[in-house]
Amino acid sequence: MAFVELQNVTYKYPLTKTPALQNINLQINEGEFVAVIGPNGAGKSTLCYALAGFVPHFFKGEISGTIEVAGKESGKSTLDEWVLNVGLAFQNPFNQISGAKYTVFEEIAFGLENIGVPREEMKSRVEDAMALTGIRDLADRSPYSLSGGQQQRVALTSILVMQPKLLVLDEPTSQMDPIGTREVFGTIRKMAEDGMTVVLVEHKMEWIAQFADRVVALKDGSVLLEGKPSEVLTSDLLAENGFGISRYTSTAREAKKRGLWKKENLPVTLDEAVAGFKL
Amino acid sequence: MKIEITNLRFTYPTGLEALQGISLTINAGEQVAIVGQNGAGKTTLVRHFNGLLQPACGSVLIGDWDTKKTSVAKLASRVGYVFQNPDEQLFSRDVLTEITFGPRNLGYSKEKIDGLVKRALALTELSDKTEINPYDLSPTWRKMVALASIIAMDTPIVIFDEPTTGQDALNVARIANVIAELRQEGKTVVTITHDIDFCAENFERVIALSNGQVLLDGPAREVLGREEILAQTYVDPPQLTRLGKRLGLKETVRNQEEFLKAIW
Repeated sequence: MAFVELQNVTYKYPLTKTPALQNINLQINEGEFVAVIGPNGAGKSTLCYALAGFVPHFFKGEISGTIEVAGKESGKSTLDEWVLNVGLAFQNPFNQISGAKYTVFEEIAFGLENIGVPREEMKSRVEDAMALTGIRDLADRSPYSLSGGQQQRVALTSILVMQPKLLVLDEPTSQMDPIGTREVFGTIRKMAEDGMTVVLVEHKMEWIAQFADRVVALKDGSVLLEGKPSEVLTSDLLAENGFGISRYTSTAREAKKRGLWKKENLPVTLDEAVAGFKL
Repeated sequence: MKIEITNLRFTYPTGLEALQGISLTINAGEQVAIVGQNGAGKTTLVRHFNGLLQPACGSVLIGDWDTKKTSVAKLASRVGYVFQNPDEQLFSRDVLTEITFGPRNLGYSKEKIDGLVKRALALTELSDKTEINPYDLSPTWRKMVALASIIAMDTPIVIFDEPTTGQDALNVARIANVIAELRQEGKTVVTITHDIDFCAENFERVIALSNGQVLLDGPAREVLGREEILAQTYVDPPQLTRLGKRLGLKETVRNQEEFLKAIW
C-alpha cells in the first residue's frame, strides 16, 4: 500500500452538474515529490482539497472512491484527526492568514497552539521554520502589513511548522519573486529528501522539471498523463491541451522543425537545453 | 498620458521606508514592466499613481494633475488599477454589473458604457459569463473579471499588479492580448510582474526596483541581460536569455524568434 492512495475518486461540489474530479487513481510513495499541472479548471485545487480532507468534510458535495494517507481513510476520519498528518498551503495566502494574530511569529505558531504543542517546543519550531523559509526579519510584523509574496512565505511557513507527513501546496510561489521561487522549490526538495511527502500544484515548469520526482497532468478532472518530468513535460499532448510548457521545451520543439535541434528528446531544464543546442 | 515621479518617498506608519527617493518618467503610450524582490516597493509605488497612497516627500504627476491635490475619485478617470488580488476588488452580484460599475461612475453616456463593457467582455472572453456571480467563478476567471472591469473604464493609464499570477498558459496569452490591444490604442500601461518570460515577451521597457529604489531602468533587452545586478533584487533573466548566455551568444535574446535567429 502506497503512502498516499486514491482509488476511483470522483467528486462533485454541491450545486454543480459536472464532477470536479473524475475517477482519479493515484499512488504516491513516502518522501516522493509530485507536481500537479493543468490548465485552469482542471481540478488541481480540488485534488489538493481532497488530499487535505476539505473535500468532502468542509465543502460537502458527493464523493465516491477512497482516499488514504498514512494508512488512514479520509472518509472514516474527522478533519481534526486528518490535520495531524496533512498540511495544505492555500492558493491565496490572504485566505489562509488567521486574522486572529498580531505578528507573523504568532501567526506561524497558531497551528501548533491548536494541537497543544508545549510552549518551549512551539517557540523553537517557529524559529526553525522561519529560518528555513528566510522570513526571520518579518517575525514582529503584522501579517497584513506584508507584501503579497511575503504573505505567501508566511502562509507556507505556517504549514511547514506543523511538520505534516503529507505536505500539499497549491501554487505556493505564485506571488514570489523569481529567485525566491527557486529557493522555495529547493527547500521543498530538501524536505522531500528528509522523508516528507509533497504534492505541489504549480505552473512554473522550469522548476518542476528540475526539482520534482514525478508529474501528474490533470485535464477536466481526470489524469491525462503521469510520469517523470522529462517524459510528461515534453509530451505533444500538453501543448494541444492548453498546458504551459517551458521556453526550453517549446523553443527546442520549434528548432527541431527547422533542423536546429539534433537530439531525439526535447529538453525540460536549462542544462539539458544547453547540452542539446551545443551539439 | 504621462506619469512623472519626482524624488518620491513613502514611509508606512510602522516605520518601514518603502520608497526611498524614486524619480521616473513614464511617457504617454509607453508600456512598462516593474520587476523586483518581494517587498521591494512595487505595489507601494503604483498605489501612488491613483492616489491610494500619498507621497511623504516628492510628487507624482498624472498628466498635469498632482496626486496630492487630486481626489482618488477624480484620478480614477485617468488611472485604472487592477489589483493583485481580485477578491479585494470585486463586490457586485454578477459579472455584468461589476464591469459596468466603473464606466458608469465616470459619467459616460449609456451608449459609450455599453460599447466599452461589450469590448471589455470580448477582450477577456467573459461574454458568456455576464450573469454569473464573480465569486462563483474560479480564481483565475475572477482575475479576468477584475481586468475587464478596469479596461471598461477606458482610462489613458492602466496599471496591472501581477496580472499573470496563478494563470494558465491560455489565460496568460489572453492577458498578453489585452496588453497588446491597449498598446494599439495608445494607452500607458504599467505592469508589476514576477513572470520574467512574460515580461520579456510583452514589454519594451523594464524597471527593476530594490529596497524602495530604482536599481535598473531601460530597454528590456538591456535590463533583462544584467544577470548579476538583477540577482540583487531576486530576479532571474528570462529562460531564453539565460540559455543564450550559457551558449555564449553575443546578443541578449529575449524570445524564441530572437533566439532561433541568433543560433541559426
